[in-house]
Amino acid sequence: MTDVALEMHQVYKKFKRGEIYDSLRDLIPAATRRILRRAPSAELEAREFWAVKDVSFQVRRGEAFGVIGSNGAGKSTMLKLLSGIMKPTKGRLAVHGRLSALIEVGAGFHMDLTGRENVFLNGTIMGMTRREIASRFDQIVAFSGLEEFIDTPVKRYSSGMFARLGFSVAAHVDPDILIVDEVLSVGDFVFQQRCMERMNAVIRGGATVIFVSHNLHAVAELCDRVLLMERGEAISVGTAEEVIRTYLSRMEARRVIDQSTGVYVTHIDVGDDSGPRAHYTAGERVRVDVHVTSRGSYDRLAVVLGLKDSSMYNIFNVSSESLTGTSFSMAPNQAVTCTFELALHLAPGRYQFCTWVYRYDSETLYDHWESASTVFVSHETDVRGVANLYPAVRIGPMRAAPPLTAEMPEKVLPAATASGTNKPPDTTRHRAGG
Amino acid sequence: MAGSFAGWLAELIQRRDLLYMMTWREIRVKYKQSVMGFLWAILMPIVIVSAGLMLRFAYTSLSGTALKRDDLVMVTVKAVPWAFFVSSVRFASNSLIQNTNLVTKIYMPREIFPIASVLSQLMDFAIASVVVLVVLVVVRVPVNLGQLWIPPLLLALVLLTGALGIFLSAAALFFRDVKYLVEVVLTFAIFFTPVFYEVSLFGRWSNILLLNPIAPLLEGLGAAATGRPMPGLGWVGYSAVVAVGGLLASLAFFKKVEPYFAESA
Repeated sequence: MTDVALEMHQVYKKFKRGEIYDSLRDLIPAATRRILRRAPSAELEAREFWAVKDVSFQVRRGEAFGVIGSNGAGKSTMLKLLSGIMKPTKGRLAVHGRLSALIEVGAGFHMDLTGRENVFLNGTIMGMTRREIASRFDQIVAFSGLEEFIDTPVKRYSSGMFARLGFSVAAHVDPDILIVDEVLSVGDFVFQQRCMERMNAVIRGGATVIFVSHNLHAVAELCDRVLLMERGEAISVGTAEEVIRTYLSRMEARRVIDQSTGVYVTHIDVGDDSGPRAHYTAGERVRVDVHVTSRGSYDRLAVVLGLKDSSMYNIFNVSSESLTGTSFSMAPNQAVTCTFELALHLAPGRYQFCTWVYRYDSETLYDHWESASTVFVSHETDVRGVANLYPAVRIGPMRAAPPLTAEMPEKVLPAATASGTNKPPDTTRHRAGG
Repeated sequence: MAGSFAGWLAELIQRRDLLYMMTWREIRVKYKQSVMGFLWAILMPIVIVSAGLMLRFAYTSLSGTALKRDDLVMVTVKAVPWAFFVSSVRFASNSLIQNTNLVTKIYMPREIFPIASVLSQLMDFAIASVVVLVVLVVVRVPVNLGQLWIPPLLLALVLLTGALGIFLSAAALFFRDVKYLVEVVLTFAIFFTPVFYEVSLFGRWSNILLLNPIAPLLEGLGAAATGRPMPGLGWVGYSAVVAVGGLLASLAFFKKVEPYFAESA
């Protein structure tokens, strides 16, 4: 038994872009043409690209290892290589131990079957035996909180319930290595907290966890070491804090968009009537112009504007669709500017605007710019956290305290058990650091 | 080659609960919302046997003879396995396409999908076989030693079905029109296969029909059930070799292309 749970050594994965022959009807003429014309191999080379390029890293047993990077950086491809769904084009990878991948929760669910039936089905898909599932069944259901609905077909579940049941099954597989890809984005806040706790428990239990997420806050909280990927390459590996900082600075410096197709944000302007501005006083109004260009026909679009705090925690977002009550369509080669007006009722600190082009009914994300623009907010009072509630305080005169009674100590200390998962002190720590 | 086959078998045995659940899912989903329930399992055989009897009636009235008990027995014992073959191949060849989300998202031995399709059809076949058995008893088919041939012949048929199903499931994932090709071939294959007729009908051309590896198996089943001589052990052996060899070749092909499933699906 080695100390290394998982290892990649100079792994490459090649993909073909564009047209591939997926029917015999296309293949046969194409093959005939190739035989007659002596294989134009250069044309084929041009369509290929490296989805994962020369990636090497090791994950030690019991380590929580994060993978971050923008969309299309090769994170998911790398996970598929690790879990054995795909084989690398070249390079070597080794996995020591039972691996379970939580790439999409509930992928094996069948809509017509009940929750109970799906727990067994999905559990065996995840690699458990029926006996193991039966012994953990009550735990799985209790974790999901779906006791009342367990004999209802899952097609009647809400998407949140669906995801909760899927995660509950996956979280009880008890693997040596657990790969988690973006599952914490499902469910309500309470469930997300429970997932984080469960993952912490899995890590404490000695399992190795590979965690892929856009939620840098969660990555920073959970992972010992982080790998940053960009266009298939491993840019840096190191402590979470170090790598997240590298990631943020690289994202602001350069943004990769494919301008030949799609609908995307070209740039955003943050300012007021007098022009662009980055420094604001708390409570000031700010205007954000999001410039969107389209190279194709797109319907039912919405522009989403979000704000993140300095630890990249999403603190606010709003969409043009919810504000105006309507979406918009774009024809090829059109441009539009979406102007948002906001009041920056924020505590002093550094904030980042992020913006997406999104279609709500099909849940399609066309473009997503994580750190579109940075603003700095200052205020004369030293307020910690993210929200500015414009506090005032008055300290009254000193008076004699009532005599001590037996009940008092319990009333003073009710929050002691919850302090481990409390959010505010954590945010304050980050704010103080940045 | 032998080593990788052992490895494959070990993995399949290790994931036998998954195979069980996948088969169970196919059966469960099919019967869950149907009013007819398990009657479905015998509907297709009833239809196909009736069609066969109609044709037999047509021959006999042409040749001026009466429809005999053996005609009924022949048609029944050949048509019911044929129905199993057709529906298994149809389900198995679509099995990977219909589970694309699992194929691209989660690792598992993917041959489980076509195998589960065949096994779930085998369940229907088992139910239909009970009905066939009842019919054979009711019409008082004499018991004979030749009927011992039936189990090995059916086994060869299942292996052949599996071989074809596994191969076509992978092919259909890479080439989307394979599905339509399979439909067309399955629809008309009954005319090229001795289901409703015997190859002897074709006299000296009968050997050409027997080249179809299912033909000797069906002929064998018909002969065994009615106590006639087998169609020639050479031909049955030929089918058995094609079934076993085909299954191994099909599995080897499947495992070779499996790493590309997630990219093509």
